[in-house]
Amino acid sequence: MKTISVKDITEGVKNLCIKACTILSPDVVRTLEKFHSSEESSIGKEILGKLIENAKIAASESIPLCQDTGMAVIFMEIGQDVHIAGGSLTEAVNAGVKAGYAQGHLRKSVLDPLSRLNTGDNTPAVIHTEIVSGDKMKITMAPKGFGSENMSRIMMFPPSAGIEGVKEFIIERVQESGGNPCPPIVVGVGLGGTFEKAALLAKKALFRPLGSPNADPELNALEVELLGKINDLGLGPMGLGGRTTALAVHINKYPTHLASIPCAVNIQCHSCRHAEMEL
Amino acid sequence: MSKTIELTAPITESIARELKAGDKVILSGTIITGRDAAHKRIVDLLFADKPLPFDIHGQIIYYVGPTPPPPGRPIGAAGPTTSYRMDAYAPKLIERGLRGMIGKGRRSEEVKSSMAQYGAVYFVAIGGAGALISQSVKEAKVLAWEDLGAEAVRELIIENMPLIVGVDTFGNDLYDTGQEQFRR
Repeated sequence: MKTISVKDITEGVKNLCIKACTILSPDVVRTLEKFHSSEESSIGKEILGKLIENAKIAASESIPLCQDTGMAVIFMEIGQDVHIAGGSLTEAVNAGVKAGYAQGHLRKSVLDPLSRLNTGDNTPAVIHTEIVSGDKMKITMAPKGFGSENMSRIMMFPPSAGIEGVKEFIIERVQESGGNPCPPIVVGVGLGGTFEKAALLAKKALFRPLGSPNADPELNALEVELLGKINDLGLGPMGLGGRTTALAVHINKYPTHLASIPCAVNIQCHSCRHAEMEL
Repeated sequence: MSKTIELTAPITESIARELKAGDKVILSGTIITGRDAAHKRIVDLLFADKPLPFDIHGQIIYYVGPTPPPPGRPIGAAGPTTSYRMDAYAPKLIERGLRGMIGKGRRSEEVKSSMAQYGAVYFVAIGGAGALISQSVKEAKVLAWEDLGAEAVRELIIENMPLIVGVDTFGNDLYDTGQEQFRR
């Protein structure tokens, strides 16, 4: 058994918040560069160039990539042989978010859904834990902006809708979102499970590095097909026209009930931010 | 097709009426900021026939909620927020002389027709380019409603902010024409 102190968790989460909001991971930068070189729209090409420049400025000057530094989504894979010592795990994570958003001069966007009163420190985070085998803890922090989160939807299809119904739903979701979620976007899709499982699968799909194929050949083919169709829509960077509407489509699936095809589409802006660490 | 135009804000109605959807604009000068909560307060005051704590006549408003300024800088990351959430309020402001809006995403038909009638223009800034755009902001001060935090109304002095005319006073909409051009 391994003992992990809540102090190390707080310190780790704090650093992840600052890192994720200021440093765009290399896979995202590479993908932007690839689409920048092939974009046919002159305005679109200029926008993609400015997004690459933005990532350089953010990293060199430690300024957030985007002013929407999001709601903090924290995924934790906790080994079943880990003992967390010194306090509450939830409190430790929220203390890390509070410290990271203060120290990193990040925007505090979290408030009560009805009174709209801001909590003032960007807590609470949305925390997902999963117990896995082993004696390590993996923490992934994703600041989720709501220009794109607001464009996300879930649909509980009857089995008769089939794969064609699912494809149509995903493509229409991107079309209807237009320029709002800051294209080029990443489209996370969760297929199957229950209502909440589909949403979680879609969220997790956003964390797969861009440019890496889906391990499931059938899903990989579906991702390629959907990316092609989405980029034929012509929305382009910021929705002002062009070939680059999405950087990637990522699909996760899980068995479901014989009466349904749950399908969640989680839209992610081009600022596809996440950072992870292991304790 | 598109050309690059240098402008200094505030701009006159005749300049607003010369701009065309798709024009690239490099904007300098003085603008104000406001987003969801500030728009609600502005419109509540207008409906109650009460004075605003700042003048919107002739102004360009930037839909932005910046991150806090790091030490030694006027502002943090300062990219645009999605404009449709301001659509319910915008016609009321345009009626009172608002000359321009800076944001991202499509506008409603009501907003577009107010723009044509009163001579206001909609500029698109690059969403998610918060660090890059912050380099254009030279000074920032809170004009009103400091209690709104990131959503407070600020006056910004800007230099060379890169923008694109999204909707002009003729009703041309780059979101329509640009997408049509590249749809397969």
